Amino acid sequence: MNGLLAIVGRDIRLALRGGADALTLVLFFVMAGAIVPFAIGPDRILLQKLAPGLVWIAAFLAMLLGLDRLFRADEDDGTLLLFRHAAIPLEAVVGGKMLAHWLLTALPVLAASPLLALLLSMDMAGWTRTALSLLLGTPALAAFGTVGAAVTVSLRRGGLLAPVLVLPLSIPVLIFGAGAAAAAQGGTAATLFLAAISLVSVAFCPFAAALALRVGSE
Amino acid sequence: MTLASADTGTLGMAAMSPGTPLLTVRDLALSRGGRRLFSGLGFVLAPGTLLLLRGPNGAGKSSLLLTLAGILRPDAGALDWGGEPPALHLLAHAAGAKARLTLEENLAFWRKVNGPTGLTPAEALRIVGLGGLDRLDAGYLSAGQTRRLALARLLVTDRKLWLLDEPTAALDAEGDAIAAALIAARLGSGGAVIAATHHDLPGATATLTLGDSQ
Amino acid sequence: MTLDRAAPKQNWFSRLAHPGAFMAWSGPLLWPLGIVTALAFAAGLWFAFFNSPPDYQMGDTVRIMYIHVPNAWLSQAVYGVMFLASLGTLVWRHPLADVTAKAAAPLGATFTALALYSGSLWGRPTWGTFWEWDGRMTSTLVLFFIYLGIIALWRAFDDQLRAARIVAVVTLVGALDIPIIKFSVDWWNTLHQPDSILTPEGPKMPASILTPLLIMLLAFTLLFALLEIVAMRTEILSRRADSLSRQAAARSA
Repeated sequence: MNGLLAIVGRDIRLALRGGADALTLVLFFVMAGAIVPFAIGPDRILLQKLAPGLVWIAAFLAMLLGLDRLFRADEDDGTLLLFRHAAIPLEAVVGGKMLAHWLLTALPVLAASPLLALLLSMDMAGWTRTALSLLLGTPALAAFGTVGAAVTVSLRRGGLLAPVLVLPLSIPVLIFGAGAAAAAQGGTAATLFLAAISLVSVAFCPFAAALALRVGSE
Repeated sequence: MTLASADTGTLGMAAMSPGTPLLTVRDLALSRGGRRLFSGLGFVLAPGTLLLLRGPNGAGKSSLLLTLAGILRPDAGALDWGGEPPALHLLAHAAGAKARLTLEENLAFWRKVNGPTGLTPAEALRIVGLGGLDRLDAGYLSAGQTRRLALARLLVTDRKLWLLDEPTAALDAEGDAIAAALIAARLGSGGAVIAATHHDLPGATATLTLGDSQ
Repeated sequence: MTLDRAAPKQNWFSRLAHPGAFMAWSGPLLWPLGIVTALAFAAGLWFAFFNSPPDYQMGDTVRIMYIHVPNAWLSQAVYGVMFLASLGTLVWRHPLADVTAKAAAPLGATFTALALYSGSLWGRPTWGTFWEWDGRMTSTLVLFFIYLGIIALWRAFDDQLRAARIVAVVTLVGALDIPIIKFSVDWWNTLHQPDSILTPEGPKMPASILTPLLIMLLAFTLLFALLEIVAMRTEILSRRADSLSRQAAARSA
């Protein structure tokens, strides 16, 4: 547990010192949502109807965008190799990296979501539902993303491949996430399914990602 | 896929020191990228042994170290650790140091991940000759200093077996002496060291030469 | 990369599955298999075009079903083959499993694309649109994306041994995820489209339609088997050629 927390702490410290990564992601999230009115017109009623789905798509893309940095730096400076002999199993290392990834991408996105809600003329209740669904759904996105990042870490140009692999696998998260956020009908069921997917994927994906790292370095 | 069946590994037999061996390697074979690096390789590693791996570039020295570390899977052969594989330290080409963390933070991180069974980061830094630089970001270090930082990582967690890939690369004469002293200390306290190197290390008890004729 | 070692004397399966042995027994099989496949297609198409009734609602367009359903079946069956091959790669580290999975991916993608294509051709006269966000079509589209991702991953690696193991992990994760995708798409579909869509392959199907359908299913499955074996042989030969070039380079160095 100590080792896992050390990894989380180190990744957060590195991200804070590395400066702009988390900020860039938030910027992307807000911009991706904010360009929509330019494309479909500033119709408040229409925007309000689309807003939960738009926020979810923006968050979905922002989470995918941050994937490449998940293992890349550790692979490049040899840290990933040394993790193979850590006192904690590789699965726990991957779990720590996954938790740090969630804290560094999902939380900033969540923090910036009121701004996007404002721009897309969401009301308070709509934002609350959307924020709750993001909180419940983003762990699953981080988990699937961890597998994608682990699979492409040994590729020089894996930057685009990981999102392409992860995107179709994450469609249930998007469906239930947007369903829970919209909540016109079936909102409770969608929220429960979303929580279930997050729980299962967070439990399972570190093993798949660690397996990919092991067999990939053989 | 067909392979060149010629066995390119020339085997020097390591010393058979008394006492229970730490590791017995039997009939080890490994290929990388369709090329057989070595086969039929075997040696016994007893506590207190410094085994040098020699051979030209691409002969498989680093790959052998990775195989012993359990990262590469051999084609054939057995690694007999006499029970559970022990915790070991690997010193690879890349130092595994984060440029944005201070030296102290880098070492403290590995101490937490691997277990605080060795020296404190400050002591380890003093021993490798980086004393007083605790608060410096690792990114400011020269190549030789980064190598010393990598050596310091071996000290913050106590592990019996060290696998060193070119431990003296980029080190100056003083650094060479420090590395030699660290290895001697490790051997003296019942550990063992396997080092892939182009240079002689003092105190070597055995040599294994890989792929000498190509 | 030990594809050419002498066949290990184990059970019949590992003897047959050894790449060298596979090359030996699959070669003579190609012509007979090709002829049987062609005959099955001839019989199936004859039934489909001339010896089955038009649908009382859809008329002659129902005959698209004889192409559509076999492709839809194969789009999922081929993933099943890849799933089993991935287990073979990860658990038994069998070189033929790598080759099986690699050869199957483009075939699966093609059958899935054909299922989507024939489905949309069928949808135009039936539903009045080429594309309908119907549950089956949507999950087939997602499956198509997954196939394309897997093919892209295969192509991204130079080292095919490493590629095989990495792709196997992705294939397994996909296999666990596909039921969840299917479920979520169905849930989403019923939420957004409560009115039931005409399901062409309904439960009660007269024998005059069932017979050609079964023959076409068999024909397409045989076609997959044939193409899979040819693709596997090509892959094994290309790996041998690759290895020979490497040896030549090593000798001249």
